[in-house]
Amino acid sequence: MNNDLILSRITDIIDQYGTSRDKLLPVLINLNHDLGKLSSFTINEVARKFQLSQTEVYAIASFYHLLNVKPVGRYIIRICRTISCDLSGKNQIVKSLEAELGISMGETTKDNLFTLEFANCMGMCEQGPAMLINADLYNNLTPAKAVEIVNSYALKSRSLLS
Amino acid sequence: MNNQLEIIFSTLEMGKALAKTIEISGDEIISIIKESELKGRGGAGFPTGLKWETVAQSSDSEKFIICNADEGEPGTFKDRQIIQEQCPKIIESMTIAAYATGAQKGYIYLRGEYTYLLDNIKRCIENFKKKNLLGNSILDKKNFNFDIEIRIGAGAYICGEETALLESLEGKRGEPRYKPPYPVSIGLQDKPTVINNVETLCYIPHIILKGPEWFKNVGTDKSAGYKLFSISGDCNKPGIYEFEFGISINELLKQVEAPSDVKAVQIGGAGGFCASSKDFDKHLCFEGIPTGGSIIIIGKERNMLDILLNFIEFFKEESCGQCTPCREGSLRLYEGLIQFKEGKGNSSLLENLQSLCETMKVASKCGLGQSIPNSFISITEKFKDEIILGSGIYV
Repeated sequence: MNNDLILSRITDIIDQYGTSRDKLLPVLINLNHDLGKLSSFTINEVARKFQLSQTEVYAIASFYHLLNVKPVGRYIIRICRTISCDLSGKNQIVKSLEAELGISMGETTKDNLFTLEFANCMGMCEQGPAMLINADLYNNLTPAKAVEIVNSYALKSRSLLS
Repeated sequence: MNNQLEIIFSTLEMGKALAKTIEISGDEIISIIKESELKGRGGAGFPTGLKWETVAQSSDSEKFIICNADEGEPGTFKDRQIIQEQCPKIIESMTIAAYATGAQKGYIYLRGEYTYLLDNIKRCIENFKKKNLLGNSILDKKNFNFDIEIRIGAGAYICGEETALLESLEGKRGEPRYKPPYPVSIGLQDKPTVINNVETLCYIPHIILKGPEWFKNVGTDKSAGYKLFSISGDCNKPGIYEFEFGISINELLKQVEAPSDVKAVQIGGAGGFCASSKDFDKHLCFEGIPTGGSIIIIGKERNMLDILLNFIEFFKEESCGQCTPCREGSLRLYEGLIQFKEGKGNSSLLENLQSLCETMKVASKCGLGQSIPNSFISITEKFKDEIILGSGIYV
């Protein structure tokens, strides 16, 4: 996305929320959602608008797991790694998705479509293993089901492009 | 013993408890909550009535009511289902708290992973406003104004700690504050603030309608009332259960149809205590084994080193990094356990790690760092053989 588009998005969101300090997190969450990540350009512009140092805004953006300060794919697959999902077989889900996408945990596919990450407890402990794809929740996963779900996103994305 | 989810998940006419509330004074409401002996259900167990009373007594003109919906303790999922099914009770109870304390503004802090529940809460708030149960001159009571804003977290376990939550609401890193001062005196934007857990709030309309005695008469001496338990792991019937406080682990295992040869039960999540079979006659309550309700059942085939490693890795990632005992301590515990996992651990390493735990317990700034040793010490003491052997050797 080019810088002019990012700037106009920042302006839109700040028009909506204002620049009082307690609105910083909602602004960052919205920008992260719309832009896919918080680049250093985005962080610097937000800092300027809020009259805060870039370091302070970066410190906040990097503190929260759901805000991306590093490049990520269009879809972030977050597999719950916490105890109950672990007991119900999250390792099998990890292996099947790593094989399907040809990447390891923490990596992004070459076409920038998927990033594979671990997440901590997402509150689906009695219905594990669970994963989030962006904000969408999936539970009671099996390796086959997880692969099918991920492929449906790939398909959706291709049909959006064509 | 009742496990039928008869209280929190029962239907209640929307606004009925609030209508009853405004017939009496705020002080009388606080007396009712105090008499019920309701304590915070998030785990810390502070008396709710006392919290409300402290905020009510403050002469500050600006006060806040916050609902802590940042449920994140491993093994806990009760708040998710409450928000899905009983959201009106949360809104109504916050409004009752506002009436009792004189607060005019409330926040629901919803964890980012639960963003899919946002629309449900928004609809609920709109519904309340339409029925004059929220907004200005609530139920036509002059000067009774209260509004609720929803704020979303962005993925940080520590923000469930109440002062970290306040920092996050103020637009900062979720790094806990020293306590005291407590939020009831210096809270959000330094104003007196009530922070209640979702579950705690949801018992309040029931207490107001049925009277404090009804609540106080169940449970144990020091742990009044009912409690929700989130049960997961190796059993036939995982899910949410509502029991009277004081249920024994044995009874609970029976209710959830756990196998008879369960190896361990982790009580209170990653920062809780691990019970082995000889603890199963103990009771779950503030004076027994206290818990926010996370119960993870660990079957006989599980390796306790792997279980502990999972907990400590969780803390290594979720420590906010602000204080050294927690940040460095969780990392060293993790590295130590990896040594055991690789078959390189020995008893002197284990002793060192246990002594590090003692330091973390006394020197960490907040409940997160202070509670990491709970699981480490209880698991390494009760399952020392498995830890010493390491999973490389143990079959």
